[in-house]
Amino acid sequence: MAEFLQFAFSGLTVGAIYALVALGFTLIFNSSDVVNFAQGEFVMLGGMVTVFAAAAGIPLPLAALLAIVVTVVVGMLLHRLAIEPARGASPVTLIIITIGASILLRGLAATIFDKNYHSLPSWFGNEPLTVGGAALLPQSLVVMFGVALMVALLWAFLTRTLTGKAMLATAANRLAARLVGINTSAIVGLSFMISAAIGAVGGILAAPITLTNYDIGTMLALKGFAAAMLGGIGNPLGAVAGGLLLGLLEAFSAGYISSQYKDAVAFVVILLVLFTMPHGLFGSSKVERV
Amino acid sequence: MRQILKNPLWLVVGLAIIVVVLPLFLPSTYYVRVAALVFINALAVLGLNLLMGFAGQVSLGHAGFFGIGAYAVAVGPTHLGIPTWASLICGTILAAFIAFVVGRPILKLRGYYLAVATLGLGMLIAMIVSNEGAITGGPNGMPVPRLVLFGWRVFGPMTWYWISGLTLVIGVWVAVNLVESSTGRAFRAIHDSETAARVLGVNVARYKLTAFVLSAAYASVAGSYFVLFDGFVTPDTSSFLRSIEFVVMAVLGGLGSIFGSIVGAAILVLLPQVLTVFHDYEHIVLGAIMIVFLIFLPAGLVPAAATFIRRRTA
Amino acid sequence: MSILAVEDLGIAFGGLIAVDGVTFAVEQSEIFAVIGPNGAGKTTLFNMVSGLYVPNRGRIVLDGEDVTNLPPHELARRGLSRTFQNLQIFFRMSVIENVMVGRHLHEKRNVLAHLFTLPSVHAQNMATRAKAAELLALVGLADLAERPAGSLPYGALRRLEIARALATEPKVLLLDEPAAGCNPVETEEIDSVIKRIAAQGISVVLVEHDMRLVMRISNRIHVLDRGRTLTEGTARDVRANPAVIAAYLGGLGSQEATHARN
Repeated sequence: MAEFLQFAFSGLTVGAIYALVALGFTLIFNSSDVVNFAQGEFVMLGGMVTVFAAAAGIPLPLAALLAIVVTVVVGMLLHRLAIEPARGASPVTLIIITIGASILLRGLAATIFDKNYHSLPSWFGNEPLTVGGAALLPQSLVVMFGVALMVALLWAFLTRTLTGKAMLATAANRLAARLVGINTSAIVGLSFMISAAIGAVGGILAAPITLTNYDIGTMLALKGFAAAMLGGIGNPLGAVAGGLLLGLLEAFSAGYISSQYKDAVAFVVILLVLFTMPHGLFGSSKVERV
Repeated sequence: MRQILKNPLWLVVGLAIIVVVLPLFLPSTYYVRVAALVFINALAVLGLNLLMGFAGQVSLGHAGFFGIGAYAVAVGPTHLGIPTWASLICGTILAAFIAFVVGRPILKLRGYYLAVATLGLGMLIAMIVSNEGAITGGPNGMPVPRLVLFGWRVFGPMTWYWISGLTLVIGVWVAVNLVESSTGRAFRAIHDSETAARVLGVNVARYKLTAFVLSAAYASVAGSYFVLFDGFVTPDTSSFLRSIEFVVMAVLGGLGSIFGSIVGAAILVLLPQVLTVFHDYEHIVLGAIMIVFLIFLPAGLVPAAATFIRRRTA
Repeated sequence: MSILAVEDLGIAFGGLIAVDGVTFAVEQSEIFAVIGPNGAGKTTLFNMVSGLYVPNRGRIVLDGEDVTNLPPHELARRGLSRTFQNLQIFFRMSVIENVMVGRHLHEKRNVLAHLFTLPSVHAQNMATRAKAAELLALVGLADLAERPAGSLPYGALRRLEIARALATEPKVLLLDEPAAGCNPVETEEIDSVIKRIAAQGISVVLVEHDMRLVMRISNRIHVLDRGRTLTEGTARDVRANPAVIAAYLGGLGSQEATHARN
């Protein structure tokens, strides 16, 4: 039982990060039909910028804030310089562009920062709590609560504010949104910036546990995509559910089956979902008119 | 004259001439080596182009098949006692077989679903070769025994230049034949309108699978050559980055252009050689190239150049 | 025995019943039109008959064989071909290559032979090209053969689709709004092409909004409204049928029409 809980805790922690990445994917995908492969780099930037800003002498909370701002700017630039100009290109072209952006950002991080692994101090110390016989790091709770808080804030934004509703409208039908006067291009840009922000926060929260490194973006992006697919691409709550589920699946298979192939779980999930239920757990099917 | 030049077989002849004549212009074995690498990459990209440029599908995991060919000629002789030339053939058959089996369900997907599925496939292959250390030497790789043909030990840049050059010429010849045939037209039809292709009697699923299997075979042969030339194989023969490099080569040169595959391969192989200072910034340059080219020249260099020339001479 | 028979065909999307129990039969060499106001389900009906949609109920019988759940390429093999309302031309291929694709079923499909260009493949390419050229001549596009399909004007593209569909040597040709967006001159050309096709023994089923074209060339007309059959008959019968007029013009409009005639 203790072992089961142990795996569950670590699965939920890392799953919360996947949920954030998946949520970012979904936000951008919904408003623009773009699968943003650079999503993982937002998480990477959150952690790495904080580490290096703190090392440069900036107090930690400010460093974190700076990291979020920097990542949001990167997200905006990504949209303006790489996505907007390619509007109208085929989905595959767009995916390759975002892959290019991800490679570019990775290269920049390796050059500007370094290639080592870095950590951030835990918020509430390193003493693990004991729950049901299993060890639970306080930072895990920070991650989980942080993610839950961000999901809640995002939900409030989308449903209560006018801009948020405009975003939902753009996601539902871009042409119609434009026809009622919504600046869809700005909305898409905003979705990139919000996704960047939530990615960065995720990176900052998780760095004490998972460490951060210039290279973590790719795997995170792929796993986040797997999570989004699992939950049903286009469904924000599905993305969160998919992320948590993927994290749990990874942890349990690493614990009970093989830890070597832990990373393979996400890819097996992708393939299984695509073959058996392409619309994921909570997605809906679209009918194509000929 | 123009009508004669339009015959695509000129591409094959032209390439053969280049392959034969080029060594006269190469100052040292270093350049011969680079040329051989261009030919090997071009072979893989050619296969990918048949899939992406002609049949209109996408594969972001093609390095997986490259890696299968690579590890086949390492594992075959070392662990199974199969002579290298036979291992190469077996590797190609294995890659084609995996493509056949996985291709059936995967090719039912479209657009980014297909892209991510192939990406997942490529990564799974990369993970397997990295993890199964006992057979594959794990993350550090393993040595590849040299090819021995009828007692003659095949090694050296010049030898591999000729082997890869000849294979590329054959590969291009096969590709040209394919494109001009009923199968090639079916591929292109599927690319432009699957629905129309269907109602005209084209068994779309079968042809997509054919393109996938063919491209896997091309990649596998290229992968085998790559590591036989090098003498060593590591898991990054099937890495995600390599898959992306192949795609960039194909897109850069021009999807749907056979000549473009060679141009694209040449550029991406030569770039790090020519701009040695860029080695540290390799990723930055690669990423930047991808973004800029796909925004401004999505058709690729060769088609863009062809349009430019056509407009000038019209 | 009719060449194409549709029995009680129906399909629903989600809660919306698009086609609700339609039945008709088409004879050989007949020009059979399916008309109806927008949203009547005509293209949906076509999509079912050509295998792109799977009907929820009913049967499709082609030349005596029940072909109800067959995929499009199997239907093509059995002699059914169609064109598209929204033009599914192979834009990146040349005009003649478009038609050559239509010859696919009549070519040998041995991939290995294609990889190594045996002389038989060359001969086959020549034969296919010749036949395609013939068909282009039939629809009046012979001198545009080598042009990229994307460069053709709209009316020419409609004729190209017809030539391509004919390349499969069908028994039944479904034409989905062949004259849509065409000016009167282009419509005349389509008119004579269709008549020539029927004269060759091919049955033509057409969906069309251009009433003059329909009335001029059709042997029989089947009227759909909101997924159901309204009536069927010759051009004369249908034209005067008050229910048909009401369906198109609405209740008020049909009153106007009655006044107009008087």
